[in-house]
Formats: sequence, C-alpha cells, structure tokens
Amino acid sequence: MRKLRTQRAIAVLASVLLVGGVAACGNSDTGGGGSKDDGKITMGFSQVGAESGWRTANTTSIKESAAAAGIDLKFDDAQQKQENQIKAIRNYIQQKVDVIAFSPVVESGWDTVLKEAKDAGIPVILTDRSVDSADKSLYKTFLGSDFVKEGRLAGEWLVEQKKGATGPVNIVELQGNTGAAPANDRKKGFGEAIAANPNLKIIASQPGDFTRAGGKQVMEQFLKANPKIDVLFAHNDDMGLGALEAITAAGKVPGKDITIITVDAVKDGMQALADGKFNFIAECSPLLGPQLMDLAKKVHAGEEVPARIETEETTFTQEQAKEALPNRKY
Amino acid sequence: MNATMSRYRTMTGHRLFWPAAVLFVMLAANTIYRPGFLSIELKDGHLYGSPIDILRLSAPLILVALGMTLVISTGGIDLSVGSVCAISGAIACMYISKQSDQNSLVVVLTALAMALGVALVLGAWNGVLVAVIGIQPIIATLILMVAGRGLAQLITQGQIITINSEPFRAIGLGHLLTLPLAIFIALAAALLVAAFTRRTALGMIVESVGGNAEASRLAGIRSGRVIFLAYVLSAACAAIAGFMMTANVSSADGNAVGLWVELDAILAVVIGGTSLAGGRFFLSGTIIGALIIQTLTTTVYAMDISPQTSLLFKAVVVIAVCLIQAPAFRARFSRRRRNAPPPATIADKPKEQVPA
Repeated sequence: MRKLRTQRAIAVLASVLLVGGVAACGNSDTGGGGSKDDGKITMGFSQVGAESGWRTANTTSIKESAAAAGIDLKFDDAQQKQENQIKAIRNYIQQKVDVIAFSPVVESGWDTVLKEAKDAGIPVILTDRSVDSADKSLYKTFLGSDFVKEGRLAGEWLVEQKKGATGPVNIVELQGNTGAAPANDRKKGFGEAIAANPNLKIIASQPGDFTRAGGKQVMEQFLKANPKIDVLFAHNDDMGLGALEAITAAGKVPGKDITIITVDAVKDGMQALADGKFNFIAECSPLLGPQLMDLAKKVHAGEEVPARIETEETTFTQEQAKEALPNRKY
Repeated sequence: MNATMSRYRTMTGHRLFWPAAVLFVMLAANTIYRPGFLSIELKDGHLYGSPIDILRLSAPLILVALGMTLVISTGGIDLSVGSVCAISGAIACMYISKQSDQNSLVVVLTALAMALGVALVLGAWNGVLVAVIGIQPIIATLILMVAGRGLAQLITQGQIITINSEPFRAIGLGHLLTLPLAIFIALAAALLVAAFTRRTALGMIVESVGGNAEASRLAGIRSGRVIFLAYVLSAACAAIAGFMMTANVSSADGNAVGLWVELDAILAVVIGGTSLAGGRFFLSGTIIGALIIQTLTTTVYAMDISPQTSLLFKAVVVIAVCLIQAPAFRARFSRRRRNAPPPATIADKPKEQVPA
C-alpha cells in the first residue's frame, strides 16, 4: 500500500513538472534582469498566443524588427489567457522596461494593470486588438488593422464589379467565430458597403470559425440549400480555401461561377487568388513590427503620437496577387 | 389490441428506439423545411447530397466515439482524443510536405504509419497513467489534452501545413462504390471493434472491469491490462479520425483539428445509452449518437439558423434527446398522461445486499 502511495506521489509530481515545463517554455524570455543603462530601449511585449499562421507571422515580424531597430525585446506568449498577460505586464513593470506593448486577448478587464503601468511611468502601446477602457490616457496608442474598413473595402469592390447587374446578386457569407471583433466588424463593414446596391443581397450567413474545415462544411450546406449563389464573402482566407473544395465538389468553378472575396492575404490565399480561384482579397497585415518599433522610439523620446494608428494595408486583385506572391513572407 | 400494445412496448423499450426516433425526426424536420434535403444525385460517378455529407462528416466522430465508448465502459474517460487527432494529422502532413513526391503511395503510407505509431505511444502513456500508476482518468488524460495541442503546434511550427497529395486526400474525400471512402473506414472500424468485443469474451471482460475493477481482478481478469488496452485503442481511433479531418481539407492546423471533439464524442456515447459510470456499452448506440450530432450541425447550416441562436438550438435538442432517453423521465411523463398506477420507481427498489 505504501509503495502504491509513493508511486502515485511520484506520478503527480511528474505530471506537475511536465505541465509546468510546458507553461514555462512560453515564459522563458521574460526572465533576466531589468533594463540595462546602455541607452538601448527595452520593450516588453505580451503576445496573445500562437493560434494561427497569421499570429506566427505577427510574432516573427515583431522579433525581427526589434532586432533590426536595436530594441531589446522581452517577449511573452500568453497562450490565450488574460491572467498570463496581466502577469507578464506586471513583470515588465517590475523590470522597469522602457515601453510595454501587447495584443490583448480580450477587450475588458485591463484598467487595474494599465493604471499600474501608468503610475510606474511606462508608456503602453496596444497592437492588433484594442481594449474597452473608458480612460484613454491609460495607453499611448493603438496600432492595428481596421476590421470594419477591411469589410468595407471588400464590399466596395463587389459593388463596383456588379454595377451593371440588373437581377438580384445572391451573396453567402462565412463569418469568423461568433462574437469575435474581426467577425463582427468585417460583417458590419461589408454590409454597409453593399447597401449601396439593393440588388446585392446576403441570403445566408453562418460562422465557419476561421478554419478551413469549418468553411468547407458550411459551404457544402449553403450550396445545397441555395441553388443560385453568385458571391462568397469569407471573413478570412482559410475559410475561403475550405469553401473552394466544397464548390469544386458541387461541380462549380470557383472564381467564375461563384465570385470569392476574402480577407487576410496569407500565402495560400494569395496563391488561390493568383490561380484565379479567388477574385479579391482585402489585406489584414500581421507585419506591424517596423511600425511598432518606430512608435516605441517616439513614445520613449516623449513625442506625441496619434491615439489610433492603422496598419499599412492594401487590397489585391488577381493580377496584383501574381506580382506580389513571389515576395510574400507568410 | 393487447398484442399491438405489447409490440409497441417492446419496440419503444428497445434501447436504440429513442435515439433512432430523434434522428428520424430531425431528418423529417429538415425535409419539411427543404423538400430536397434527402435527395441524392449522381455527380461525376459519386453520390452527392446532404445525407451523404452527414455520413461522411460524421465518420471521424464515429471513430473517436468508438474508442471513447470502450474507455468509458471501463469506467474511465479520455479527454485527450482531440489533441491526438491534431498530433497525428500534424505528423502525417508534416512528413508528406517534406517529401519531393507527395503523390507517392509509399510516402503516404510511411506518414500514416509514423503518425499512428506516435498515437499508440500517446495512448500507452494515458494507459500507464491510469492503469499502472492509478491516476484519475479525467486528470491523467487532461495532461495530454493540454500538452498535446501544444505539441501539435510545435510540430507544425504554429503554421497551417498545406499538402498536395492525392492518396492522402483520398482518406477524407476519396470514393469507393460511389460512396465516400471515409464512411467505409468508419464502418470497418466499427465492425472490427464489434467483432472483437461482441464475438469474443473481450466485451464482457471490459464491462466487468468497468463494473468493478477490483472484483474482476479477483475473478482472474487482468483489469490493468484491459484498461491500458482501451486507452491505446482510443488513441488509435483518434489518430485515424485525425487523418480524415486533415485529409478533408488537405492541411494540418495544429490549433483547430479535433478541437472539442472529445466533448462531442462523450455526448455521442451518452446519447447512445452507454453509462458514464462504466460497466455497459452499446457500439450501435454510439454510432447513432454521432450521426445525431452531425445531423444537428448540418441542420443549423441548412436551415441557416442565426449563429447567436444556434448554440441554444443545439442545447435544447441535446436536452430533449437526453430526457426522452431517460427511462425515469419517460415513466413519469406517460404516468401523468394516462393517469395509470405508478410503476415501482428505482427508489422503491430494495437495495441489493452485497457481501463485503
């Protein structure tokens, strides 16, 4: 009996160490001493996680441009947990970094920790996602994409294309995760833009959860439930790529029988656009590293910066995709 | 009159009657909403239609749920199946993507063997934690559920790995005799498990271990070994399901493949009538349970129920299924309606005396 108990204790210990070890991997960069007095700017960055190719490209961009700009970067992966981010930000405050930047996992609940940073005199920059704090003095600026604008650009392109359409144009929409800011905002922007032409009508809209499998499964049913689909608007490339397979299986030609518009412009999506399977992509760029480092230098020097800065983004047609594809990083 | 009545009783008393009835009602509702729902046509030599979609898409869930049924019948639970799906898919896709000839059958078979091998090791890890060391199954498998998804992302380096391999694609999208290959794979697995558990004593041994592992051990059954095997088998089923999920879209997404499939699998098992306490299992019930879950998802898309209400809609259907499945609820319901004398309920039964 005693032997069994000892075995159990060892097992529990082993599993705790294992889980702890996994968690520690993400935090390994946060250790070490405080800022050195060598004139170098030290930046503490807390990333959401590594949930998608987009996010990985975002992380790489931040790490590379920090090295290029000569900024000492302390990087933390929060693994989708707000408490990890708060912990990391408190660490950065204790280490007296010069600038704190982070992509908030959720919008709410940041007031206390941001107040602590403010009291310590450390400027905060938000990237990619915003917070809903009423007190805008808690952070210097928010650098990120305008999701509403992405949806609107997609919608405006469609309105332009279907200018001459006399009959109704049936649109189906693949949404992102229900309630996620990019999903809500892209839907809103797209809806506003296509309101310009009463012929354009969204006949079905369901969440494909930003994944290929989700996009495919939803599109299969859309195709069966609606005999006439003219346009597909997918909130990201991956859902569009999944839908491609469903459209082909239904005996239709993607890009011709059904016009496909997506958002993101990741490599696979750009390839599909260059191949003529997609028709239009509104970019949502993860490469905000260089802009972030510029901002960090400015706020560190005490310069005034605008409260809202948009990531430099563009849109792609099939011809533009062919040109841009060879240099695409992600 | 009496004969019809008793035939009705035998039919509704069958443990598969209520799950099957629910499935039938859902399909009927869809057909009323859209008369073409059940229609199947031949396109490029393949059958094409919503019922075929439901069968094809439920194949991975059927596989995962089969393994889960055995684990649950030993009194355990396996939360790590979703992560195993992601890991096996990631390994297979990663290996194939590194090869120059992705369409080579040898490459694909090697990839599958490698991924399946790793899955077996992961299953053995779960099995050792539960059967040898004696950790609570829910905790033991939770470790791999959390760590496994990280492992899958580590393999794919956080990227979505896209491959272009026809033989691999066939696992998810290939056809055999005009029907999707995935259906046959799931069916074969189901028949194999059924043959091993119901044509040999193995099934009874599993149930006896689930009923009382210590008593079974005293009766001469190596309980530990049976429990260990259940977890290994569950991981193997999850691995094959992982192949299907990744082959379906020809890409491995360490973050999304098999996400929450463990919950769907547990639900399928419960709908099928297997007791979560262990000691009894029904493979055919599990399969119907998996079909119900997939039909429910397809219904939401086909009827274009708004995303905000679809979760509630699913929850209401699941509650309804569970309630009409429960004999106690049905007994109370029919008693009220007919005002008949109450049958002895479970609470009235004298407790059986078990010698210590």
